[in-house]
Amino acid sequence: MEQEKARTRLFIWLWTAFVVVLLYLPIACGALASFSKGRYFAFPIRAFTSEWWEKTVDSIEIGMIVQTSLLVAALVTVLSVVVAFFGALAFARYDWKGRRLFQKIVILPIFFPQPVLGLALLLWFSAVGVQTSWLTAVFAHLVWIVPVVTLVIAIQVYSFDPSLEEAAFDLGASRWQVMREVTLPILWPGIWSGALFAFLLSWGNFPLSLYTAGADSTVPKWLYSKMVAGYTPMVPALGTMSTLGAASALLLGGLVLWLLRRRAAA
Amino acid sequence: MAQTSLSHPTAPVSLEAAPALPTKRDALLSLGARCSLPVILLLAVGFVAPLIAIFAYSFAKPRTFEVFRSFTLVNYAEIFNGSNTVWLSFLWSLGFAFATCALLALIAYPIAYGLNRVFGKWSSLVSILFVFPLFVSENVRLYGWVLFFIKNGVLDGTLKMLGFEGGPQILFQPPMILAGMLYVYLPFMLFPMTLGLAMVPRDLIDAARDLGANRWQIWREVELPLAMPGILIGMLLTFVLGIGAVAEAKILGGQSVIVISHDIEIAFTYSQNWPLGSALAVVVTIFIGALTLAVFSRLDLDRLLGRR
Repeated sequence: MEQEKARTRLFIWLWTAFVVVLLYLPIACGALASFSKGRYFAFPIRAFTSEWWEKTVDSIEIGMIVQTSLLVAALVTVLSVVVAFFGALAFARYDWKGRRLFQKIVILPIFFPQPVLGLALLLWFSAVGVQTSWLTAVFAHLVWIVPVVTLVIAIQVYSFDPSLEEAAFDLGASRWQVMREVTLPILWPGIWSGALFAFLLSWGNFPLSLYTAGADSTVPKWLYSKMVAGYTPMVPALGTMSTLGAASALLLGGLVLWLLRRRAAA
Repeated sequence: MAQTSLSHPTAPVSLEAAPALPTKRDALLSLGARCSLPVILLLAVGFVAPLIAIFAYSFAKPRTFEVFRSFTLVNYAEIFNGSNTVWLSFLWSLGFAFATCALLALIAYPIAYGLNRVFGKWSSLVSILFVFPLFVSENVRLYGWVLFFIKNGVLDGTLKMLGFEGGPQILFQPPMILAGMLYVYLPFMLFPMTLGLAMVPRDLIDAARDLGANRWQIWREVELPLAMPGILIGMLLTFVLGIGAVAEAKILGGQSVIVISHDIEIAFTYSQNWPLGSALAVVVTIFIGALTLAVFSRLDLDRLLGRR
């Protein structure tokens, strides 16, 4: 029995490790290709160069695309956290008549294929006469990201003891004071995770940006257009940079989250 | 149990009843409803309205933009016309989605189990390793596979270096599309499944063991039924996303197969036939919507998300 158990554990560890390696293999291949000297990728790599990275950093076009992507992600983060914060309270905190229905409505957009959603939004924008640009892409991202962030924050709200708010009210605090002094500090870790999700999902989103950003380009959109036609090693270079950027954002965000949790525990 | 009272906020405490707020009691909407308004508004304008627009467009004359001014069923007739290849795309998408869903359940189960029972203090790190790829654009990750499998790519080059014939040429064929889908949608199976397995109380398993159940019996009679809500959500999510998947077929499949979302996209872009594209999107939406609602009517989201 014990031996069998140890074997199961070993199998689970090995299987997970195998899947993780597969998960990161293509990302590593991209990084490799970005340091290869030739115009076209060939393995084993004969000569390494940082030429493509320099070219990517120096490119004015790419600089502008990165700026657009950052702007979109930043706006999406701020807006989605505000909307989703109240959404999460409605989802998990208050007991009200339409709550069950509301929960299902919130989940629905997550279960909808993004390419189809992007095209539907494109058609809708054109029907009401809105010119597509990075602003419409922000809106499109919100439709998909707000439900995700609502869920992320809702998980924190579930673990929240409503009697703390009650106690504050009983002690004579106003609604605003309760929000600022009790509710927000307790929910802060959830809000922060939600913000992190919002930023990173918007930064990496491709299908929605493809159809709803109009003439403006984001990083994933630009990469795709170059993959289809006109490959240069700048494609894996920018892809790797974008991945590294997301990884540092995640690390930084995780650090803040850890600090928040520690402070909450103290 | 404190747990159940938390996950079911039907408990007596609601802000409406708080004595400090007698005036708000008669407000038009309850506090919960007011909090839900921003989300409802966003989804009404950004989700429901576009779907209605697509619905309206699907009845317009083909290759026109005469929405609300013409009414015809030609677009639907064209889809269900046997000589159209659209139904083939739909079958491909269904097949890929079904295979993705079934295989991912097998692939993710040991990992989800490990996250709950085996990895211990390492499980947050392992979770992060599985979450992170979600934040890298899927086309970047899929393109990495192209670099891996392409002629003179990483696999081919390595094998040649070791004196073999060279790697198999499996790129741009249907099985590769499936592999790409398994790769992209793994987290969508893994995390709901992990939540589901976390709902299985450990002492229940111990009790079953003490009563003499063997491992297979414990799995079938205790673990699986209790973890089912999470597994079901994971399967629904991967299936539905698989139906809509298009990047895998375009990047890894090299257009050897046209999936349904690709057909919709072609109708909207190259052939400029918005009404036909809309009709296709309506068919897909109804299919997905019916499936999703059917599954969700049997689930309790409070219990799934609110355990702790």
